[in-house]
Amino acid sequence: MAVIRDMIPAFELFQPTSADGAIELLIRYGEDGWVLGGGMDSFDWWKERIKRPTAVVDLANVDELKGVRVTADGVEIGAMTTLTEIATHPELLANYGVLTDAASHIATPQIRNRGTIAGNLVQDTRCWYYRGGWPCYRAGGNTCYASAPTAMNREHAIMGTSRCVAVSPSDSASALIVLDAQFVIQSARGDRVVDAEDFFMRPSVDIERMTVLKPGELLTAIRIPSTWAGATFYYEKVEDRKSWDFALMSVASAMRISGGVIQDLRMAANGAAPFPVRLEDSEAILRGQSPSDQLGLQAGEAAVRNAQPLRHNDYKIPLMRNLVRRAVRGTEV
Amino acid sequence: MELWRSAANPWGQEVLIGISWDLMWVALVGGLAFVVAHAVWAKWLAPHSSAATGGGAAIAGLPAKIMRHATSERVFHWIMSAAMLVLLITAFAPVMGLQFAWVTIHWVAGLVLTATILYHIVHATFWQDFWAMWVNGKDIKAGLAELNHMVGRNGTEVPKAAKYPIDHKLFHHGAAVSGLTAIVTGIFMMLRLETPFWAANPYLLSDSAWGVMYVVHGVAGVALISLVIAHIYFAIRPDKWWITKSMIFGYITPEKYAENFDRSLWVIPGVAPQEEESVPAGVGASEIGSESTGGGPASEVGGQD
Repeated sequence: MAVIRDMIPAFELFQPTSADGAIELLIRYGEDGWVLGGGMDSFDWWKERIKRPTAVVDLANVDELKGVRVTADGVEIGAMTTLTEIATHPELLANYGVLTDAASHIATPQIRNRGTIAGNLVQDTRCWYYRGGWPCYRAGGNTCYASAPTAMNREHAIMGTSRCVAVSPSDSASALIVLDAQFVIQSARGDRVVDAEDFFMRPSVDIERMTVLKPGELLTAIRIPSTWAGATFYYEKVEDRKSWDFALMSVASAMRISGGVIQDLRMAANGAAPFPVRLEDSEAILRGQSPSDQLGLQAGEAAVRNAQPLRHNDYKIPLMRNLVRRAVRGTEV
Repeated sequence: MELWRSAANPWGQEVLIGISWDLMWVALVGGLAFVVAHAVWAKWLAPHSSAATGGGAAIAGLPAKIMRHATSERVFHWIMSAAMLVLLITAFAPVMGLQFAWVTIHWVAGLVLTATILYHIVHATFWQDFWAMWVNGKDIKAGLAELNHMVGRNGTEVPKAAKYPIDHKLFHHGAAVSGLTAIVTGIFMMLRLETPFWAANPYLLSDSAWGVMYVVHGVAGVALISLVIAHIYFAIRPDKWWITKSMIFGYITPEKYAENFDRSLWVIPGVAPQEEESVPAGVGASEIGSESTGGGPASEVGGQD
């Protein structure tokens, strides 16, 4: 395994004051450029000397990317907004509790003070074979060391895999999916807006990227429509210890319940696949029904229908099933 | 430009992991450059020929339709073509920037290609004239005559061809070597994937052996890019359309037969073979791969199934 060293390899540091300036730099350096948000993921890579960018574009001085703004149809969160600000923002607490709940479960207070929402979304996977610098598929090689019969893969994926079995580590991703959020991506060609569930790349499509972001593109904002404002939310994260750990799995749901019946809902989980998974089969079972433990069981079964565990992670099947069940039970009226 | 990609494996050994994608662009640009060069040559530089018609006495006694490719050969050709195109698109389009879930489509198309090639090998070996595609002395002589003509040595006459001219044979052998190489290495690579047939096993071979496997697969793949570009180009050229149509409908006209083929080398059952004279260059069937790579001597009015 690689050894963390004190010194990181040299790079050219840029500190633009506008998103346009940042994008100009990212285009100039292309694959050799690196976006620095809070730095919570970046410094690991650099100290391990596995990622060696030529140029680092530090967004700390780009004020237009910071803060939560209430809009005519919901809220817009700047990409550089800290997780602490999100977890404590009054508007988000009042109407989008699933996101504040998810944000408050991320790592530690210190990390939440530095870490940004965009950083939490675009951070790289925690697969230790990959992060150890091994030439796996995700690193441009031709082997998945984590899926081999002898591999240690307790934290890896049980569904949605395609050669790579690493999972997305983002805690906020599933919350933003159930809120039907949209991600604004800025580039030299202008803005493009991507639905939250489409933002995360499937390994079957591109095995070397976690998100749809390409070199020269910048995630600038997250727009949350008011569609699910004030809905009944549920968020639960299961980790090996109760603080400063990545999720083994998390589940988020947003439900509109009226007259004891789930009128509409969105449900998502992370830690099950290489990308956050929208649980549409479970949603279909729950929609139009009165929430109950029995119904939760059915929804849980539907969630794990396509699961294919690896050697050491079959526990994730009952875990996922029970998280969905608890999400339904948590909203029982 | 790099030829291959390498990386340090977990034991610190530098091993191959695949070809450099630069080679893909070389094959693509090379194939397209050949197309442009040939089109320019054919339009403005090709030597004129006194186009011999195949009418009159030349077609006397010939049937109205001369079977060139039996139904089974045509079905084989088009299934193989579809599989090959799908394989090339799924292999290289994502590298060029068109992103989609390509892996499953790729190996399923690979299995289809493997099945068609196995069928073709068995069919050609036991039901057709296996040696019909072999290059012989007459082919080489005809090929040299064609080349002499192409470089402007007017007056050189090109002998009429057998059922498969030498450039068709050479294309066939190039495609066969590249295709079989891609198939064999591809099947090994499939063992590293989770499929309904087996569990993935990346440790069947050593890292260095896998690296060689990936590089050989890649080289075969990029070679097929150029070969397929040339093949499609000749298939859609107007002056070759008659032979492409034979891969769709199965037959050629007696006029085309008389113009382009030597009756003694491609014998039509029921039609007396006779020694043919050379055909003026430029009217022959000869050009790379505008027809199937399969087939032997024809029966009934040409074909056999």
